[in-house]
Amino acid sequence: MRLIDFWLSHRAELLGSLGQHLVLVILATVTAIAIGLPLGIVSARRPRLGAPLLAFANVVQTMPSLAMFGFLVALPLIGGIGARSALIVLILYALLPVMRNTVTGIQGIDRAAREAGVAMGMTPRQLLLQVELPLAMPTIIAGIRVATVVGVGAATIAAAIGAGGLGDYIFRGLSMTDPVVILAGAVPAAALALLVDVALGWVEGILKPGGPLRWRPGPWLVATAAVALALIVVASFALTGRWGTRIIIGSKNFSEQVILGELLSQAIERFTELRVDRRLNLGGTFICEQALRAGAIDAYVEYTGTALTAIFHQPVSRNRKDVYARVASAYAETGRTVLSPLGFNNTFAILTRSADARRLGLKTISDTAAHSPKWKAAFGYEFLEREDGYKGLVRTYGLRFAEPPRVMDLTLIYRALASGAVDLIAGDATHGLIKGLDLSVLEDDRHYFPPYDAVAVVRNQTLAAHPELRPAIERLAGKISEETMRQMNYDVDVRRRDAAAVVREFLDQLGP
Amino acid sequence: MSDAPAIEFEQVYYRVPGGAVILDDVSLKVERGEVLVLVGRSGVGKTTVLRLINRLLLPTTGVVRVDGRPTSEWDPIRLRRRIGYVLQEVGLFPHMSIARNIGVVPHLEGWPPDRIRARCTELLELVGLDPSIHAHRFPHELSGGQRQRVGVARALAADPPVLLMDEPFGALDPVTRVELHREFRRIQEQLHKTVVMVTHDMGEAFALATRLGVLDRGQVVALDTPDRIARSTEPRIRLFLDSLPPVPVVSHETD
Repeated sequence: MRLIDFWLSHRAELLGSLGQHLVLVILATVTAIAIGLPLGIVSARRPRLGAPLLAFANVVQTMPSLAMFGFLVALPLIGGIGARSALIVLILYALLPVMRNTVTGIQGIDRAAREAGVAMGMTPRQLLLQVELPLAMPTIIAGIRVATVVGVGAATIAAAIGAGGLGDYIFRGLSMTDPVVILAGAVPAAALALLVDVALGWVEGILKPGGPLRWRPGPWLVATAAVALALIVVASFALTGRWGTRIIIGSKNFSEQVILGELLSQAIERFTELRVDRRLNLGGTFICEQALRAGAIDAYVEYTGTALTAIFHQPVSRNRKDVYARVASAYAETGRTVLSPLGFNNTFAILTRSADARRLGLKTISDTAAHSPKWKAAFGYEFLEREDGYKGLVRTYGLRFAEPPRVMDLTLIYRALASGAVDLIAGDATHGLIKGLDLSVLEDDRHYFPPYDAVAVVRNQTLAAHPELRPAIERLAGKISEETMRQMNYDVDVRRRDAAAVVREFLDQLGP
Repeated sequence: MSDAPAIEFEQVYYRVPGGAVILDDVSLKVERGEVLVLVGRSGVGKTTVLRLINRLLLPTTGVVRVDGRPTSEWDPIRLRRRIGYVLQEVGLFPHMSIARNIGVVPHLEGWPPDRIRARCTELLELVGLDPSIHAHRFPHELSGGQRQRVGVARALAADPPVLLMDEPFGALDPVTRVELHREFRRIQEQLHKTVVMVTHDMGEAFALATRLGVLDRGQVVALDTPDRIARSTEPRIRLFLDSLPPVPVVSHETD
């Protein structure tokens, strides 16, 4: 079976991802317990204070996790990309079940038992430790159980902001439209969730008064548990932390970007002594830009047209050199350097099925204006929002569609076109599926789209600290034609080859 | 100090904050070693009297004294540890064994484990349970009567001079109740605790009380020996007694 083959061939990587995933969830849950348990105790004692706290946790819980991750990326200080932001989101998610169950557990204690404790002369602290907490423990454990299982699920989304974990496979699979790779991450994540659920359910049963076993933690057991927990926490910091200085390379979340990220990484590894951390598959343009600005990554490959309009909000220009110059100076003002173009221009491509193009004799975007009122169109979210995207396109070419365009994930849009679900899409000119799915690129005869030359953008600080970095990346300048890029995309997207291997072959051919 | 009554209420008035008046000018004294039983219908403030003694409540006006000292001047923790408390619902801790339940207050008082264990054995024997069988059971494994015996043992654990009992035998079947009445009298003959008990069962009151107080609408309408109460011709008491079965004299004959 392909899934098992994939697991076997990615054994080491898979274990690493599983480890990252576990560390994320454990750290988040342990922190949420450390915060939520005291908050829950206070809330149970003082409902006036507790009600707003619980309401806040409730609101947090209803926010979709992807929205929350996206929101956090843009926040200064606590935001950004990577494991830290992911942890914050996961902790917020785990907080509600822990808090709510602590409150319910304590409030649900038999009134007589509590009153007996008070009347026997227990101090509030003794009452809490000897009566309330032990009796509420099964309910609290149930809350921790829910928090952990939810955490295992939410942590897969954390891959979108570069926190790693099993979600990496899910996002990679989505960008390759390869169900096997999606399953390679989804199946272990689901198994992990089930395992955690069963294990904590067992603990919950044991702690129930009158349960099959009466488990009372002796001092040695508490000590062992504390040491084990401390070890896990230390180990996890060691795992998520960075040793020594490494160059961090980012990329957006589609195959070409992953290939380019891999290309930068391997070039640096090949031509210098530097070591590289790969944070590939980060959300979209905005997340990469934020990450680069904040120093969470040192470099990634951007497209000049995208940088001009989407990042720097400058008016569109059709002149290639002019765009490059303006982008370079805008980056320079914000402490980044644009290196020489890699060679290809990944402009937006307006695509139809080749069959339609042949049948209707379509060559240019202008040719489609006559047919578009009968067509359905789909675009990526960014394209619909961008200055140089949908609005200008329909204005320039006078296009109208049968219904408002659908918003669709970039990874699914080519297949939506090929399957006939829609009739026209905007894609990347270098996308491998254009070749793989027999799609046609319509010529931009009115030169609507600005140039999208691929360039490496690097933080000035990084260039200054590692002078050998610049010449290493500049070796790639002008070496990647549109044809080369489309071929590499095709290898990864359609032939399902490993991006790292494809890049390695390319660099081998490039020679010294 | 030693000639002060064990417990004294002086013109005690208690109203629930922002709510109803529960006790309206209650004055009474409880002498050392006596069993004062307070009777009255549900909701006349019997339990409030108990809760004022161990400072679960403080009087709105007036003074409650324990050993001659107002409860407001006692450290509540110290005060409660020298007052045993038995509730109708017993309130045993379900997550602790019987031995641990009985040992709670001695444990809080920092007794050494050996002494707690010995005390527990002694008390289980006193309340008629076999330590070798019951010490390591859990509350849910015991019958209602056994649980109530444990409740009494727990209240007596640190040998408090005062014992408060809130309808201690109310939830038991009549046979078990009579049996526990007998046990209670036997124990009291040995220990001579100062006991304040509330009940709405007149039979129980007459069977156990050395003195009997009748509470009605927040006031003590009678406070005397059971004999004199039974013979009273005062219309308010008469009316009250007649309304409450069973007839007290019958209760005495069942001894």
